[in-house]
Amino acid sequence: MSPALVLDDLTIAYGERAPVVRGLSLEIAPGEAYGLVGESGSGKSTVALAVARYLPRVARIVSGSLRVAGSDPYALDDRALRELRTSAIAMVYQEPGRALNPTMRVGRQLGEVFELKGIDGEQRRAQVLQTLARVGFDAPETVAARYPHELSGGQQQRVVIAMALAVRPALLVLDEPTTGLDAQVQAGVLELIERLRDELGAGVLLISHNLPLIAAHCDRVGILAAGELVEEGDARTVVERPSHPYTRALVAAVPRIDAPPPARDAPPVEGAPVVHVRGLTKRYGAHAAVRDVDLEIGRGEVFGLVGESGSGKTTLGRAIAGLTAHDGDVRLIGRPQMVFQSPDASLNPRRTVRKTLARAIRKLGGDQTPAQLAEQVGLGPELLDRLPGELSGGQKQRVAIARAFAGPIGLVVCDEATSALDVSVQAKILDLLRELQSSRGVSYLFVSHDLAVVRRLADRVGVMYRGELVEVGDAEQIFTAPQHPYTQAILAAAITPEPSSHEALT
Amino acid sequence: MSAEGLAQRARLPYDADLALAPETVAAGGADAARPVVAGRGVAKRLLRRPTFVIGVAVVLFWALAALLWQRLGFDPYAPAGAPLQAPSSEHLLGTDNLGRDMLARVLAGARPTLQVAPLATLLATAAGTALGLVAGYFRGVVDDLLMRSFDVLYAFPGIIAVLLVSSAFGHSLLTLVIAIAIFFTPIVARTVRSAVLVETDKQYVEAARLQGERASWIVFREILPNVLPTVVVEGTIRLAYAIFVSAGLSFLGLGAQPPSPDWGLVVSQNRIFIQNAWWCAAFPALAIATLVVSVNLIADNLREVTHR
Repeated sequence: MSPALVLDDLTIAYGERAPVVRGLSLEIAPGEAYGLVGESGSGKSTVALAVARYLPRVARIVSGSLRVAGSDPYALDDRALRELRTSAIAMVYQEPGRALNPTMRVGRQLGEVFELKGIDGEQRRAQVLQTLARVGFDAPETVAARYPHELSGGQQQRVVIAMALAVRPALLVLDEPTTGLDAQVQAGVLELIERLRDELGAGVLLISHNLPLIAAHCDRVGILAAGELVEEGDARTVVERPSHPYTRALVAAVPRIDAPPPARDAPPVEGAPVVHVRGLTKRYGAHAAVRDVDLEIGRGEVFGLVGESGSGKTTLGRAIAGLTAHDGDVRLIGRPQMVFQSPDASLNPRRTVRKTLARAIRKLGGDQTPAQLAEQVGLGPELLDRLPGELSGGQKQRVAIARAFAGPIGLVVCDEATSALDVSVQAKILDLLRELQSSRGVSYLFVSHDLAVVRRLADRVGVMYRGELVEVGDAEQIFTAPQHPYTQAILAAAITPEPSSHEALT
Repeated sequence: MSAEGLAQRARLPYDADLALAPETVAAGGADAARPVVAGRGVAKRLLRRPTFVIGVAVVLFWALAALLWQRLGFDPYAPAGAPLQAPSSEHLLGTDNLGRDMLARVLAGARPTLQVAPLATLLATAAGTALGLVAGYFRGVVDDLLMRSFDVLYAFPGIIAVLLVSSAFGHSLLTLVIAIAIFFTPIVARTVRSAVLVETDKQYVEAARLQGERASWIVFREILPNVLPTVVVEGTIRLAYAIFVSAGLSFLGLGAQPPSPDWGLVVSQNRIFIQNAWWCAAFPALAIATLVVSVNLIADNLREVTHR
C-alpha cells in the first residue's frame, strides 16, 4: 500500500518572490497522524493547499514533487484530479461556518458527497444519518434537518468532519481544525478525529500553530519555520527534547497551565479597590448576557476573567470599561483603557503610529513623547511613521498597548489581548504587559478563554458561566483546588494531555 | 532523517537567539492581508488599468470641449450651411434642420451637461455622506427618522420626484441641479451608512471613545477617512446616473431650453428627422453614451482598486 502522502523536496513560491516552502520532504503512512507545526507565515497553510492542488494561480511549484496515495495531483487531467479529490483527499479547515453552505440543510449537504459516489435514494439517506451518528450526534435526524447556522461551532466542525469522512479518504488534511473553538469542544473534536483515523486507517496531516495540541494527538511532528522543516520526529521526543533552537524557543514560549507564574516584582497594594462592581446586569431583550455580578479589583492587581465563548466575560469587561449600557453599579478610580483582541481592527488604518500615540497622550494627559512611549513598549523609532497595515500583528498590538498606557490610568481591560497572536509573540506581549503593570502600578482585568495565559498573569481569577460569576479566588487556589464543578470541568479539558511527564520542560 | 541532521540542514535566515518571532521579518512577507491605503500606490495601480485610462481620456475630452469650444471657433448657433447635410469633409458630423454644424453643437453641448451633473453629484454626495455618517454612528432614533424619511422619498418613482421639483421651481439648470441632488442624497446616504456601520463595530472606534474623544472627532476624523473610498466610488457611480438623468430631463424639456446645444434637448428636437438625417440625433446620443460609459468605467476601476 502506498503512503498516504509523500512530499519530496517540495519548493513553492508565489510569483517571483522568495519561496514560502523550501525543500520540504515528509512522508505519512496510512493510519499515521503527522502534525505540522508553524507560526503565521511559516508556509504551513500553503502546504495544505498544495496537497489538493488548491494553490492560487500565482503560486508555482518551483521544484520537487508530491504524491497523494500514490498519484501526483499535478500530473492529472481535470477528470482524474476530480476523481482524486472526491475519493482520496478530504480537507477540514479552520472556520467550519464558512466551509458549509448556509442555504442548505446539513443532511442534503452531506448527501451530496454520497451523490458524487453514485449512492441514491433511501440508501443515501441511511448513510447520511449513519455518518452523522459516527461523528457523535445523538439525534442524526434532527441535525440533518438543520441549517448550519442553527448549530454551534463545535457541531459545525463535526458536520465538516462527517463530510470528510463520507469520502473515506486515504489522506485527511486538517488545517487548524479546532482554532476558535472552546477548550472542551476542541478536546471532543480531536478525540473524534483520532477515533476516526483508527477506524478508517487514513493518513492524517494535522496543521496547527498549537504545539502541545499537536504533540498530544499526533504520532510524529514536523516543525516548520520560514518554509523549512527544522525538526522532525516522534511527537514526545520533539516536545520533551527539542534539538533545534527554534523548537526549543517555541516550546519555552507556550504558556503552561500547570506551572505557577513567575514571582511578582510589585504585589498588589492594600486599600481601596480600583474597580468596585455591584449587581451588574446586562440584558439583550429577555436574555441576560451578564447577571448580577459583584466584583472588586484592587490597585495593582491582575484579575483574570475566564469562561467559554458566550459566557458573558467580554460583555462584563466592556460594561466595566463603560462601553455598553448596563444595570447595576460600577465605580472606577481613574479612567479605564482597553486592549482588544484583533490588532487589525483596534488601530485606525489611516493614521500613523506617531499620530495615534500623540493623540492618546494628549487626550489622556500623558507627559511623554510618542517616541518615548513607543520605546516603552519595545517599538523602534523607525516604526513611528508607519501605518498599521505596514506592521506585523505583534507590532500592532504593541501600539495598542502603548495607546492604553499613554497617560495616568487606573485600569486596563485586556479583552483576549493575545489570542490572535502567534505563541512566541504572545509570550513577548505577556511579558510586556507584566512589565508595564509592575512599573506603572495599574490594575488589569484580563479577559481570556486561554487558562494557561491567565495563569501566567493573574493574581486572582473569576470564572464566568452563562452570565454568572460562579467562582472567584486566588489564582493559585483556582488552578490547584477549583471548587465549582464548572471550573473543574474547564480545567480538566484544558490541561494539556501531553505524552508524558512535564519535568523535561520546566 | 535524524533531528540533528535536519537542524544542521536548516539555514534559517535569523540568529538562534532571536529564533522566535522575527516580528520585523513577518511584517515584510507574511502580512498578505494588507489594507489598501488611499493615496499610496492607488494612483499607480489605476493608471496601469487600460479601461480606467480610456475612461479618463474620454471624460477629459468632453471637459476640454465644454471649456474650450468658443476659443476653438465653434459656433453652435449660427447656420453654417445647407440644412440636414450628411457628414462630409466640410461638416464632419453633418448639419441639422437649421443648417447648424452638428460638430459645433455636440462639442458645445458638453457644457450644460458638465455643469449640471457634477454639481448635482457633489451636492448629493456631500449631503448624503453627512447624513449617512450621522445615521450610522448614532443609530437609534436619529437613524430611524432619517432612514424612514428616505423610504418616503424612495416611494416616489425617482424621475417623477425630479419632474415635480423642476416643474414647481421653473425650468433652469439650477433647479435641475437641486432636483437631482435631492433625488440622489438618500441613495448616497444609505451606502455611506452601511459602510459606517461596519467601521463603527471596529475597536479603533471604541478605543477613541475610551480615550474621551467627542462624537464629532470620531465621526469626521476616525470614521470618515475609512469610508472615504466608498464615498468616492459611490459619488462616481452617481455622477454617471446624474448625466443620464439630466439628459433625460432636457429631453423632456425640463432642463435646458432652445437654442441650447444640450445633448438631451438636441436629441429630442432632432428625433423627428431620424429616418432621413440620422446624424442629427445619433451624434449627441453617442456623446451621452460615451460620457456615461466612461464615468462608469472610472467608477468600476476605483471600486476594484480600493475595495479588495
